[in-house]
This record gives sequence, structure tokens and C-alpha cells, in this order.
Amino acid sequence: MKLSLGPLLYYWPRQSVLDFYAGIADSPVDVVHLGETVCSRRHELRLDDWLEVAAMLADAGKEAVLSTQSLIESESDLKTLRRITAQDRFRVEANDMGAVRLLAEAGRRDWIAGPTLNVFNPHTLALLLEAGATRWVVPPEMSGTVMCELRNELRAALPTMAETEVFAYGRLPLAHSARCFTARHYNLQKDTCEFRCLGISDGLTLRTREGEAFLTLNGVQTQSARVHNLLGDLPALHGHAEVLRISPQGEHTRAIIDLFRTTLDAERSPQQALEASRPLMPDQPCNGFWHGKPGVDQFVSA
Amino acid sequence: MTSSKQIELVCPAGSLPALKTAIDHGADCVYLGFKDATNARNFTGLNFDPVQMRDGIDYAHRRGGKVLLALNTYPQTANWSSWTAAVDRAAEMGIDAVILADPGLMAYAAKTHPQLRLHLSVQGSATSYEAINFYHERFGIQRAVLPRVLSMVQVEQVIANSPVEIEVFGFGGLCVMVEGRCALSAYATGESPNCNGACSPGKHVRWEQTPKGMETRLNGILIDRFADNERAGYPTLCKGRFEVNDETYYAIEEPTSLNTLELLPELARIGVRAIKIEGRQRSPAYVTQVTKVWRAALDQVMRAPAEFKALPAWMAELNKVSEGQSHTLGAYYRPWK
Repeated sequence: MKLSLGPLLYYWPRQSVLDFYAGIADSPVDVVHLGETVCSRRHELRLDDWLEVAAMLADAGKEAVLSTQSLIESESDLKTLRRITAQDRFRVEANDMGAVRLLAEAGRRDWIAGPTLNVFNPHTLALLLEAGATRWVVPPEMSGTVMCELRNELRAALPTMAETEVFAYGRLPLAHSARCFTARHYNLQKDTCEFRCLGISDGLTLRTREGEAFLTLNGVQTQSARVHNLLGDLPALHGHAEVLRISPQGEHTRAIIDLFRTTLDAERSPQQALEASRPLMPDQPCNGFWHGKPGVDQFVSA
Repeated sequence: MTSSKQIELVCPAGSLPALKTAIDHGADCVYLGFKDATNARNFTGLNFDPVQMRDGIDYAHRRGGKVLLALNTYPQTANWSSWTAAVDRAAEMGIDAVILADPGLMAYAAKTHPQLRLHLSVQGSATSYEAINFYHERFGIQRAVLPRVLSMVQVEQVIANSPVEIEVFGFGGLCVMVEGRCALSAYATGESPNCNGACSPGKHVRWEQTPKGMETRLNGILIDRFADNERAGYPTLCKGRFEVNDETYYAIEEPTSLNTLELLPELARIGVRAIKIEGRQRSPAYVTQVTKVWRAALDQVMRAPAEFKALPAWMAELNKVSEGQSHTLGAYYRPWK
């Protein structure tokens, strides 16, 4: 099973980002997703910088993938999107149907259907495969059982199977908005946001009025506060997914990657791995989505 | 002015009485759903069984109105056939268009019922002409409903670069998140608009009077707490008060409604073809009130756009039925973002 690193969802200073990916070059991930997927105002790294990082990682033997912005609003968003889909050195993860259209039009036969495309049934997935996708990322809210049903039905209908990638670790990206909730917190407008999300390495925690961590505000994106963590569920993933995605976090991403790799290589039990990951997480774990329950739940098998 | 093209008024019908009053008060179209998870307002007591659906279509058609069926949730592998059966039933009943979000289902509808008109639901999350044109080329969709995220200039760009008719939300409950891309309810309750057709569903709601005030919870999660002098609202989870850095406020959105009435001349000028009123979960009285005002406003703007003014009486009527008795221009107003 391959490990992938999801796109960096937060806004970190330029040097921190470069250092972070330098540290990924010799890590045991196979695939690295790069690029700004959350907010077009973020510019510590521009597309040319991301392309350089991609080249560095490709030289280190990684599969470098450029991920497109999830919410496309302006003509300038489209311009960046077209630059990404027009280059052919790196694979592209399509995060909206505009990207799908451009990739299909360009005749690309190697792209990845991203987690925001809402692939919920084999009919939709078959359409995307026909349009040139060769891997799909399961919507995080889909359970393992429903994912297996989809795969089984598709396998029965199609000769070639796409690779399946599961969001296996990280705060869950739950929603996108035109509104920036970080700017709102600081009583600023998005257009003049002073880039206040810069350096908030794991987003702003939103708590209930009882003080319980509930969500994470990350600019225009809302994430879970809890960390979706499938380390304890790895046996159930065997044979049902080809790629596991780890979402970058402010600290200890490398240690999390190592834990996944060594657990997959059976150097430790999933239960031990989950315990070992606790001090490395910015909040409590959850895995409800995988078990067909509310995402916030932590389901422990007997 | 090139507002010669008609703008359709598309009103919500959660029940047969709502459908009738919408048509009676000037709706060009009503949209509705079956009594199951195939639509994004899957609430107890709402929506249409097949007999009511036939009656509703008949009532609207006799009066020159159109009926659009929302089948705008995402079918899964195991329940796929419920959605295709709903498409078949709709086509057989002579529905004027189906509103879909799932590409697989669109392909089915286009192939099986080539004469059936397809609309792209807001749940399809298509925010650019590149995305909308994808659905047009592949499935022949004729109209797209835009998520409530774009500014006027951005809507204009979409219209200028797509052969697809554009419908926008004019009034009603406001989703702050891009529709079709929100799993907040799934995270808290296990039920989502995408898969179950429900956000913050009632069966997970608990109201509790405590010494600290009236508390509203969703699956045990505290969404808000109200003092005695405050009106306790339904715990839609993005409209609660939460703490961020020790400050307690409406961190995501206030309980408020979208109202774009004053933007009608602009929406007409850029070529918007339909205005959607939200609220299938609301009462027939709401539908009557809102339909009346928007009918009058649309007639006025199509007759004499330059002289259009959003009358204070109209705004007052609409505010009466707004969530939180207040309204916003949403993403059309840059500071809102």
C-alpha cells in the first residue's frame, strides 16, 4: 500500500514550507500533493515555486502531484487552473469539475479525481475514468463499507480498476465557503484580511460554549477539530485501498508518516500505532466516518 | 437594456398547499421532491407521494406553471436504483425538468429519457463556466443553479461564457458553505445534505432549559445557549455561537436570510434567467408572502428596469418571514466575505 501526503491546507511562511518539503524528500511517502487548494489570496509560494518543489521531490523519487483549488470563483482562479492543467510534467489532482473538463480536453489520461468531486457511486466514477482519471480519492464522509460496495460493483463492470485513495490521517476538510472565517474572527474583510491565517500552523480551534473543541477555522475552509486517524483500522483497509492519504499538520507530520509506514510493514500492531500517535496529534482522534457513524465519533473495535 | 428575456420565478413547494399557493400568486415554476432521501429537503411531513405529485403537476400545468423535481442528493451503490426509479417516475409523470447533482445520474437520465430537461442542482457545486460547461457537454444540462458564493461580476462571467441558463438564489435561508461541499452535518450527526438530504436533522436536536439558559444541542454537541430575553433558534450547526480564542460569537454565520431583491436590475442586466426562492421546509403562508412580493418585483423590473426600486413595504414583508428577522446580500456584498 502506498502512502501519500495531501496538499498543505494551512498557510505557513515560505521558508517553513520549503523546509517542510525538504524533510519530505527522504520520508517514506510515495506520493506528494502540492499547491494551494484552499485560498487564492495565499501567495507565500506561487505556482512556479510549487513547480520547483515538485521537481525537487520528483528527483527524490516521489510521485509529485499538483492539486487544484477546490473552490473556483474568479477569472484569475481559472487562469491558475489552466496553467496547472496545461503543464504535462506532473500529474494533476482535479478538485472541481472545471479541472476535470480542462484535463479531459487536454487528453490527459493520468489524473486523480480529488476528494471534493463527490464520487459516491460506480456510475459517476466510471464517467471520470472514461474522462481520463486513473485514481480517485474517496469523499471523507463515505464509510469503508460503502466504499467497498462501490469498488466491487465497478470491478464487476470494468476491466481496469482505478486506484483508490483513502483520507487516513488529519483534521477533516469538511466545508468550503466564499467567506473567510479567520478574517471574520479578526473583524476583517476577506479582501483586506492582512493574511492573518499566515503562521497559524494548525488553524484556529472553534469550541462549543462548554469549551469542547469542535471545528477548526482555516480561512475559507472549515475542518474538524478532531484528527481523523485510521491507524487503528489499517487491517480493514488491506486489499480495499491502494493509497492512504496523510494530511500535513504543524508538527510531527514526519513522525506520523513513519508510524503509518512501519505499521503497514507490520513492525507494530495497529493498536500500538494508534497509541503511539496520540502525543503527535493536535487534538483527540476520531474515525466515525470510516465506520458509517458521525465523523466526530471515535469507534474502537472490540 | 437587454432584460427582454424573461426571468422565471422559481418557488418552493414542500406540500400540495404550498404548490397551489405559489402557482396562484405568480410563480412561473415550483420545485419539489419525493418523500425520501432523493432530495435535499428530506424532512418528516414534507414533500410529495406519487398521487400528490400528479395532482400538483396537473394543478400547475392547467395554470401555465412548470414543475421541477429536485433529485439532488448523491445516490450510493446500494441505493442507486431508488434514484433512477425516481427519474423514470418523473419523466413518466410529465415533469418539466429534473434538478440533479450526481453526474452518474445525469448520464442515466440523458440516455434513458433524452427528452427530459436537466438542471444542474446547486448541490453540484459548479461555480465556474468551465465546470458548468462540463455538465452541458456531457449531459446536455440546460440550466445551472449557482452556489451562493459568487459576486455579481463573477456571475456575469459565468453567464457570458456558457450556453447554459443561469438560476440564482434570491431569497431564503442562507447556506454559508458551498452547497454540495459541506460535511459539517455528517461530522456532527452522521447525516448530510449530500447523502441523506438533510442538514442538522430534527431527530438529533435537543432543547433543554438549564440554569444557564435554553440550550440547543445537535447529537449532544452544544450549538447555542440563549438568555431568557433571546429567541432560541433552531440549532443549524453553522448558525450557532461558539468560542474562538475565548471570544463567543456567531463564528460562522448569524441566523439570517439571503435577500437579493434590491439587486434585481443588476441580475436582469447580466442575464440571469431564473430566481430561486429557498424554503421547501417552510409553511404555505411563507410561500404566499414571498411569492407575492417577488412576483411584483420581477414584473416591475422586467417592465421598467431603470425605474426599479425595492419598495420598503416589500422589504418589510420579506423581513417578517426571514430567519432571525434579518437579511443579507451574502456573497454579492464583498464585506460579507
